Amino acid sequence: MGAYYVALTAFLVLAAFFYARSRAVSAVAASGGGVSFHSLPAYHGLYAAMCVLIPLLLIFVVGSILTGKLAVDAGLAHFPADVAADALKRGAALREIENVISGHGSAAGNDALQRAADAYTSMRAIGGWTMLVLGIATAIGGIAHATGRIRPDFRARNNFERFTQVVLAASATIAILTTIGIVFSVLYETGRFFFDPALKGKPTITQFLFGLEWNPQAALRADQGDIATAFGFVPLLTGTLLITLIAIAVAGPLGLFSAIYLSEYATPRFRAWAKPILEILAGVPTVVLGFFAALTVAPLIRGWGEALGLNVASESALAAGLVMGMMIIPFVSSLSDDVINAVPQSLRDGAYALGATKSETIKKVVLPAALPGIVSAFMLAISRAIGETMIVVMAAGLAANLTFNPLDAVTTITVQIKTILVGDQEFDSAKTLAAFALGFVLFFVTLMLNYIALRVVQKYREQYD
Amino acid sequence: MQSVEKGLSMDMATQNASLAQPLAPAVAAPSTKVVARDVNVYYGEKHAIKNVSIDIPDNSVTAFIGPSGCGKSTFLRSINRMNDTIPICRVNGRIELEGQDIYDPRLDVVQLHARVGMVFQKPNPFPKSIYENVAYGPRIHGLAASKTELDEIVQTSLIKAGLFNEVKDRLNDTGTGLSGGQQQRLCIARAIAVSPDVILMDEPCSALDPIATAKVEELIDELRQNFCIIIVTHSMQQAARVSQRTAFFHLGVLVEEGETAQIFTNPQDKRTQDYITGRFG
Repeated sequence: MGAYYVALTAFLVLAAFFYARSRAVSAVAASGGGVSFHSLPAYHGLYAAMCVLIPLLLIFVVGSILTGKLAVDAGLAHFPADVAADALKRGAALREIENVISGHGSAAGNDALQRAADAYTSMRAIGGWTMLVLGIATAIGGIAHATGRIRPDFRARNNFERFTQVVLAASATIAILTTIGIVFSVLYETGRFFFDPALKGKPTITQFLFGLEWNPQAALRADQGDIATAFGFVPLLTGTLLITLIAIAVAGPLGLFSAIYLSEYATPRFRAWAKPILEILAGVPTVVLGFFAALTVAPLIRGWGEALGLNVASESALAAGLVMGMMIIPFVSSLSDDVINAVPQSLRDGAYALGATKSETIKKVVLPAALPGIVSAFMLAISRAIGETMIVVMAAGLAANLTFNPLDAVTTITVQIKTILVGDQEFDSAKTLAAFALGFVLFFVTLMLNYIALRVVQKYREQYD
Repeated sequence: MQSVEKGLSMDMATQNASLAQPLAPAVAAPSTKVVARDVNVYYGEKHAIKNVSIDIPDNSVTAFIGPSGCGKSTFLRSINRMNDTIPICRVNGRIELEGQDIYDPRLDVVQLHARVGMVFQKPNPFPKSIYENVAYGPRIHGLAASKTELDEIVQTSLIKAGLFNEVKDRLNDTGTGLSGGQQQRLCIARAIAVSPDVILMDEPCSALDPIATAKVEELIDELRQNFCIIIVTHSMQQAARVSQRTAFFHLGVLVEEGETAQIFTNPQDKRTQDYITGRFG
């Protein structure tokens, strides 16, 4: 029924547009050019379409919710009274009804269930037809309203402008509310992790933030270690920072230098095919990069390390960091290339005319002017590196070692979140909720990095107009 | 590379010498600074400059006038090889700066830019402080041995560009915050800070209001004492006001060249006469 309603809405909106537009065209023609209309016929059409679309959407949203609720009530009325009150029984009853309707289950020998399913279906049908009829009536009303306003002085253009503005503002609001919603849900679960009195084996905030040992299994089994030291966040943070540092040490210079080469030195022909190739690198799925790191780079590093007499773990931070660096090169290079290109040629000409060489011009004039963009390119790359999971899962391992040695195995925040949440979980255990705390800290770290970068840019930017 | 101070004192010396000889002709025949012979410039297939030969004297202002697209800016930019940055541009013929062929492959283009400064149509100060804008050139060429010396170069350049009194209290403010006319004078200060031999100006006043234009024109007239100045302008009044010699370009050809007064009062060529009387262009 929902699909019919959407199709009908689309049809009515289009019909309203074309009908009102043609009415406006003939109204203009009938006036013989004697009267000047404020809005073009197309705007009268758009106004009519808007008069149909808004009420029909409202009817759809309200009607669907109402129909769903009425249908559930009608179905449950055929069950004993205590079913509707108990959440578990209620859910089971609804599943039974659905199974009967879809034909997966059978109501044979259970008259009450069959009656419930019938009542449910008929209530949905009634709701659906009511919505359709109501929708058509409203649409006709909307079209009548809009065509009644096809007058020279009616400002259909301005009305449609306001509608456009509302649609845009609504889109922005939804995006912002989603972000806020995610933050609050993570914040709520984090609060439970630290403060829920029913939760066993939870650490204090201090133990979490400054603990030097990460061993969440301890929360599940008493014989696996001391609960008080099970959720130490520090090894995960150092692991994350170590790998991110290696990645940015690879991607920073390579990305920035290739951006400078591409934008300042390369011939247009070379640039035309080199830049897309660099951007293809951004399209390589991280899972592919991950097994490249685990199966190619890590053994290679181990082999070299052993040849030099070093003790290298087979899953090393270095391997993960190097490959992650490769992953973020395109972010640095492509964005930096764009901002370097945006620096006006007149600034370069000014420097050349003073007898500066190309590299002097780049170093003293172009890069300072492009600094804000370059810093945001780096920040985006760092955020990607901190949040990256697949490569580290495969190449860096799970061992929460507190070390700064790039040849050791380390683990990261994201890897631990993934490890905690993969598989069957009980959501009232400290081990599971720890994932939310980790997620929140990760979010906070990234936010802080962005804030610091913003301040740095504001302080050192050289603004050209 | 001489230091700016040396350059200044030498200029002073020449001035004093001419003052000390009041019996010499009022306008001593100035030495020729730039010589061009049979210069042709091509943009790909387009023949933009055709067989241009001209002598440009030192310590004077030479104006290039002509309708849009006549090649005057192109020719100006071939005097300091700014056209080199355009890949499809080819120059042949001979251009000499103080007797030295500037298209000699052994010549360092970067050094040439330092000797032939340039001021552009739209003021293009760097997004740095006023001080840094002027200090940029002397820094990259190592013209100042110490901070004091650099301060001095910056100050003299700003004084010579007639900007010092307006900005002396805010040398650390950003150069892009100045008004359009001040920005253009800052660009001139920046150009003279490296003490070039020649200053090229590509329509330096076309983005400025009349008052700022008057100030820049006054400045150009003063700078003539120390530099050879070549200016491209769309305004014939401006050419008449600031220049001693004028060259008229039309369709890539140098039609006529001579004393400004003579070009404007008694042009030899019909095309020059038509242009300056406003028949075309």
